[in-house]
Amino acid sequence: MTSMPLLSVSGLAKFYGARLGCTDVTFDLHDGEVLAIVGESGSGKSTLLNLLSTELEPSAGEVRYRMRDGRTRELFSLDEAERRLLLRTDWGFVRQDARQGLRMTVSAGGNVGERLMAVGARHYGRIRGTAAEWLERVEIAPDRIDDTPDRFSGGMRQRLQIARNLVTQPRLVLMDEPTSGLDVSVQARLLDLIRGLVAELGLAVVIVTHDLAVARLLSHRIMVMKDGRVIEQGLTDQVLDDPHEPYTQLLVSSVLAA
Amino acid sequence: MTPLLRLENVAKSFRLHLRGGTTLAVVSGVSFEVGAGECVALGGPSGAGKSSLLKLVYGNYRCDAGRILVRDGEETVDMARAEPRRILSLRRTTLAYVSQFLRVIPRVGALDVVTAAGREGGLPPQAASERARELLATLNLPERLWSLPPATFSGGEQQRVNIARGLIADRPVLLLDEPTASLDARNREVVVGLIRQKRAAGTAVVGIFHDEDVREAVASRVIDVTHFASTAA
Repeated sequence: MTSMPLLSVSGLAKFYGARLGCTDVTFDLHDGEVLAIVGESGSGKSTLLNLLSTELEPSAGEVRYRMRDGRTRELFSLDEAERRLLLRTDWGFVRQDARQGLRMTVSAGGNVGERLMAVGARHYGRIRGTAAEWLERVEIAPDRIDDTPDRFSGGMRQRLQIARNLVTQPRLVLMDEPTSGLDVSVQARLLDLIRGLVAELGLAVVIVTHDLAVARLLSHRIMVMKDGRVIEQGLTDQVLDDPHEPYTQLLVSSVLAA
Repeated sequence: MTPLLRLENVAKSFRLHLRGGTTLAVVSGVSFEVGAGECVALGGPSGAGKSSLLKLVYGNYRCDAGRILVRDGEETVDMARAEPRRILSLRRTTLAYVSQFLRVIPRVGALDVVTAAGREGGLPPQAASERARELLATLNLPERLWSLPPATFSGGEQQRVNIARGLIADRPVLLLDEPTASLDARNREVVVGLIRQKRAAGTAVVGIFHDEDVREAVASRVIDVTHFASTAA
C-alpha cells in the first residue's frame, strides 16, 4: 500500500490573465486507480485535464510522473521529444469529440496502426493483425477495418478512439466526457466496454465528466470542482452517498433517478 | 477471542445544507465488537440508524467521531480514517456487504455479476465460476435467468443475486442489510442456512434482520440501536 504513485499533482494552478482556470489542485494517482473529476461547465475540470495532458502550461505547481524505467519526472521539465514520446506511448487521451482524437480520413485499421508505428512497429501484417484484434475488442466488425471513421456512428467513433489509445498498452489514460452526446443505449454499451477494459488492463484513468452516474460506474475516487477549486474529494460511493459540501449535496440531489 | 470488528464511540450525523443546514443526528457513542463466528443482529425501529451503521462500517458513510477497527490479517485498520484505496482493498479482502438493493450494471448478466465478485474476492477464475453456479442454484434462481442482466428481475430475484454476490468470496467480516426482506419462506430458509455456514466457518456477521424467525435462527446476540440514539441535535 505504500508504493509510489504513478502520477502526483501538487499545487497545480492555471490563470488566463486575471481569470482563474483552476487552482490549488493536489492529488496522487496510483496504478489501476480511476479518478473522476466532476463539476459543471466552467468549474475548471477541462482546464485541469489539459494541464495534465501538458497541452496547457501551468501558472504554478507540478505534475510528477513515474516513467516506465521507474524514475519520477516532472512533466513540464521534459524536453519536447521526451514529452511527445511519453504521450503517444505510455499515455492515452480519449476526447469528447472523436474527430479531435481520430484521423477522420484514415481507415479504422490505420487509426489504430498509426499508434503502433509510433512505437516502432514496422511489419505491415502484424500491425494489421493487432489492429484487427483491437477492433474486435471494441466491438467493431472486422469488415469495417478499411472504412474511414467519418462513415461511423458516434458510438463507433468513440470505440475506435479507445482502441487507438489502448493499442500501445498505456499505463495512464485521460478521458474527457467520453460518453456525452451519445444516445443513452450507446452510452451504456460504451461505459460497459470502458469498465471492462480498465479493469482488465489495470489502467490508471483520470476521467472528466459532468455525469455522476458515469463517475459512480467507472471511478474509485472522485474530485468535485467548483469555480476552479477542488471542494470535496474521496472514495466515490462515499462522496456520492454522504456528500458534505453544500454544492456536492446540490449536485447529487439534482440527479433524476430513472 | 480477538474481535474481527470493533466500534469505539462511533458517531454519525448528517448536515443537510439544502434544508437550511439542519443537522440530522443519527447515532452517537456506538461501541461494540464482533468476534469470529459471531452474528450480531442490529435491532430497533426503522430510522434508528441500523443501515447507517452498516454503511459506516463498510466505509460508505463517513464517520464523524470514534473508531471503526477492522482486522485485516496482522493489521488493524480504522475505517474512519483509512484512505480510499485502503478501504477498497479491505472491501476486496475482508469486508463483504449485502445491501438492500442491487445496483445493477447495464449489459452484465447475473452469473457474470456473481463470478466477477468472486474473482474480485480472490478466487481463481474456474473456482469463481463454479461457486457462482452453485450459489445461484442453491438460491433457486432459475437457470434461464443466469445469462440475463438483473435489471429486469423481480425484487426477490435481484436480492438473491445480491446475496450470491456478497457471499461468494470468503471475507472475514460480513454485513447484511435485510437479506431476506423480499424472499419467500423457502428462500429465507436457504439464506438462513448460508449465513449459518458462514458463521461456522468463522465469519463475523453483523446484520439487520426484520424477520424475527430469521433473527432467532442466525443471531448470537441482538444490539438495540436505540441505545445509541444521538442526544446531540
